[in-house]
Amino acid sequence: MKALGALYLRDLRLAVSGGGGAMTGVIFFLAVVATVPFGIGPDLNLLSRIGPAILWIGALLSALLTLDRLFQADRDDGTLDLLVMGRTPMALVVAVKCAALWTAGGLPLVLAAPFLGLFLALEPTAIAASALTLLVGTPAITFIGAVGAAVAVALPRGGLLVSVLVLPLAIPVLIFGVSATYGAVNDPEPFMPPFLILSALTLFFGTLGPVAAGAALKASAD
Amino acid sequence: MLTISVEGLSVGRGRTIAAGPLDFRSSAGEALVVTGPNGAGKSTLLRTLAGLLPPVAGEVVIEGALAADGEAARTLAEISHYVGHRNAMKPGVTVGRNLDFWRASLSLAGGGLSNRDALDALGLPDLTGLPFGYLSAGQQRRASLARLLVAPRDVWILDEPTAALDADAQVRFGEVMGRHLSAGGIVLAATHQPLGLDEAKRLDLAAGAAGTRRTAGAGPTIDERELAEAEGWI
Repeated sequence: MKALGALYLRDLRLAVSGGGGAMTGVIFFLAVVATVPFGIGPDLNLLSRIGPAILWIGALLSALLTLDRLFQADRDDGTLDLLVMGRTPMALVVAVKCAALWTAGGLPLVLAAPFLGLFLALEPTAIAASALTLLVGTPAITFIGAVGAAVAVALPRGGLLVSVLVLPLAIPVLIFGVSATYGAVNDPEPFMPPFLILSALTLFFGTLGPVAAGAALKASAD
Repeated sequence: MLTISVEGLSVGRGRTIAAGPLDFRSSAGEALVVTGPNGAGKSTLLRTLAGLLPPVAGEVVIEGALAADGEAARTLAEISHYVGHRNAMKPGVTVGRNLDFWRASLSLAGGGLSNRDALDALGLPDLTGLPFGYLSAGQQRRASLARLLVAPRDVWILDEPTAALDADAQVRFGEVMGRHLSAGGIVLAATHQPLGLDEAKRLDLAAGAAGTRRTAGAGPTIDERELAEAEGWI
């Protein structure tokens, strides 16, 4: 446990400090959401109708920005060899690294979402629902991204491959995240079924992602 | 007593054999220095011993070693340090924080040196507060080697450990290895330079070098000149 705690704190520090680039995601999120109203024009009804989808798309793209570097620095400096050799199972190592990345990059997106919802003329209910679905759904994107990052870690330009691998798997998360948000706002549409499916997706990828990523990292250790 | 026995070990990538079959035995207090020209398979051998590559054939048997949980260790990785060509230290993080991380990650039990004492043993001043990236190449290598001392392990697997070290630092590291051996440790090192381990056993991989590569289960060896000639016909 001590080793995992040390890994979490170290990755969190690296992500938050200058070179980590965790804030890049938040700035990109802000840029996406802030520019949409300029593109759509001053139609507040339209903005509030598509607002939850814009927040989710912005969050998804922002999360993709930081994913390809998840294991790259560790491979480049030789740390990955020692982590693979270590007594801690690689699935746990990956899970902890994902937790650190999400804390540094995903959680700020969730916290920024309510403020950015104001840009999109969202009602308080829609803002709360967007924040809640992002809180539950963004970890799934991180876990999916970990698999892509692990597969691409040995490649010289793996960033594009990560996006190509991750996007198709992340689309269901996007669909159910947006559906749940609309369900909270629009009366006839239900909130709980898509929200529970979103939760199930996060649990599924949270279980499978680290195992698959760990296996890929072990295979790339040569 | 801790013993490492290597029996019929062939190492390589996939089914391509880089070196082997090899047989050797190292016991507590002994060092094995692996030599040979570039491409002879030294790094591949050490990475295989460290558990980073699967062996093409043969096995590594360890006896008399306890893992972190108190059970008998089954793999060399459980009781060994591996120092490769890369330093495994974060450039933007201080030397002290880097060493603290490896102490927490790699310690099997207590008893490691403090960061300051470990750096001092390798002839470095107290640089714990400086970012690792600020150090010179030789200082970086020594700071990286300090993790051997902050998190004690019985077996040191060292790939070119003295690369970038000046003559004085090489002598210092030779003394550090000597103390490790005196305490009953084992050193398995690949090098092109003398390590100051006069009593060490030697394993020369020169015979398998010079562009020679075999495939597991295949027939005779084909060298690169013959391969080029064959390709000329295609």
